[in-house]
Amino acid sequence: MTAAAGGAGPLPTPAPPVNPETREFWAATAAGRLLLKRCLDCDSVIWYPRAICPDCSSLRTEWFAASGRGRVYSYTVNHRGEGAYQGSAPFVLAYVELDEGPRVMTNVVEADAADLAVGLPVEVVFHDTGDGSALPRFRPRKDR
Amino acid sequence: MTIRGKAHIAGAYEHPDRKIPDKSVAQVHAEVALGAVADAGLSLSDVDAYFCAGDAPGFGPLSMADYLGLKRLRYLDSTETGGSSYLVHVGHAAAAIAEGKCEVALITLGGLPRSRPVPRPSASALAPEAGFELPFGPTTVSMYALAARRHMYDYGTTSAQLAAIKVAASQHARHNPRAMLPNPVTVEEVLESPMISDPLHRLDCCVISDGGGALVVVSPEVARELRRQTVKVLGHGESPKLADNGRIDLTYTGAVWSGPRAFEEAGVTQADIDYVSIYDSFTITVLQTIEDLGFCEKGKGGAFVADGSLQAPHGRLPFNTDGGGLCNNHPVNRGGMTKVIEAVRQLRGEANGPVQVPDCELALAHGNGGSLGTRSAAATLILGREDA
Repeated sequence: MTAAAGGAGPLPTPAPPVNPETREFWAATAAGRLLLKRCLDCDSVIWYPRAICPDCSSLRTEWFAASGRGRVYSYTVNHRGEGAYQGSAPFVLAYVELDEGPRVMTNVVEADAADLAVGLPVEVVFHDTGDGSALPRFRPRKDR
Repeated sequence: MTIRGKAHIAGAYEHPDRKIPDKSVAQVHAEVALGAVADAGLSLSDVDAYFCAGDAPGFGPLSMADYLGLKRLRYLDSTETGGSSYLVHVGHAAAAIAEGKCEVALITLGGLPRSRPVPRPSASALAPEAGFELPFGPTTVSMYALAARRHMYDYGTTSAQLAAIKVAASQHARHNPRAMLPNPVTVEEVLESPMISDPLHRLDCCVISDGGGALVVVSPEVARELRRQTVKVLGHGESPKLADNGRIDLTYTGAVWSGPRAFEEAGVTQADIDYVSIYDSFTITVLQTIEDLGFCEKGKGGAFVADGSLQAPHGRLPFNTDGGGLCNNHPVNRGGMTKVIEAVRQLRGEANGPVQVPDCELALAHGNGGSLGTRSAAATLILGREDA
């Protein structure tokens, strides 16, 4: 592990706001599972999780378990953390394209600076917030 | 219906200061409001429509309208799209004027982020997406850095090409006595400046400044009565670009939609434009925008900017002749107002001498608010000289 992935120690784990629409998602993260929503009418995968399908306006959606695998769509090594991240720089902010399709905002962790690349295969890890939820972050896949 | 030629910008005023430690935000709005109506040859008592955005203190447009003593108001609009709000307001004001709803519209921007930094608005923590973005530590710069990285990956854009945008802006700023960064810089100096969020360096970022600006948009009938040269509003387009259910694409902006709408309404093409004010929160913002507005092929923006095209007065596409947000002023972290003001100066022949575009008849001003990396709002205006 190098400076690229959290130079000043472990990344902070600020707790996300949880509401009735997202409670099931965050409860699953605390149990080490990444859930996604699918639309029962048009079959779209929905991201971020919400009650309405933004593709067809259906209110009929269901949760399903995601593979937890994907590839880096874009990344940046941020040298100026703010808020909870003040003092945590440098750290990696990224969009990861999940195997199921959506591109999700996250951090890439446990990565050497030299490994960071668009297209890097990654897998989810969960960092407990201590508040009944865990942040889904991604690390390079060992089998890549 | 079209707004082409049905409204004129009669007053434009940029606050002269870049650091204002001893005034209130409302006071700054008042100073720019007075500056703009005076520039038009009008007074606040002539104003019958008021436009402002999230920087205005208080409850929507009501607190500032009350503070300013605007007594004849019959039209209000507080559309908030971040830094592009003020271009949106010009378009909305022109439409309202064309419909006879009002005839003298005032638009103000003002704030003090340099003297009194404020935390991220708490509203963003209440947004429905908040839990899926904020815990990962996104900052404004890092969201644009993600866009820059992906543009580099897809099109081979380089940091040196992005730096060329800053170099051109700095060449313009040296003629602006009020510019925060008046000294020309080289590509090497940009690349050697501290990395803020890879691949964006400190000198890829705009300045942070106190201040603001204001515009007065009037009907053609009012414009005819004024002694001051006005500027015609010829075309307007606006468009949000959203995260689209996880189909984030960081390589283009809403300018791909707002631009064609503005060009069509104005009845002109890219080749007709003499001067452009392009939103420049970061160098990557400029690069993507000129591609998306069709001034060069998509993905070829790097080569386009690297050969001096943006330099006034004789480049192919003279831009941001006041030095822009990159070197002059980015008041309240919202660069749209100053984009319109410099376009008005060019069309009135009042830009700083060495960067005045000769015989400038048609200008384009473009704003992009929000975050290039998530949700943003583009707005494009095409403006014409009064006699054009």
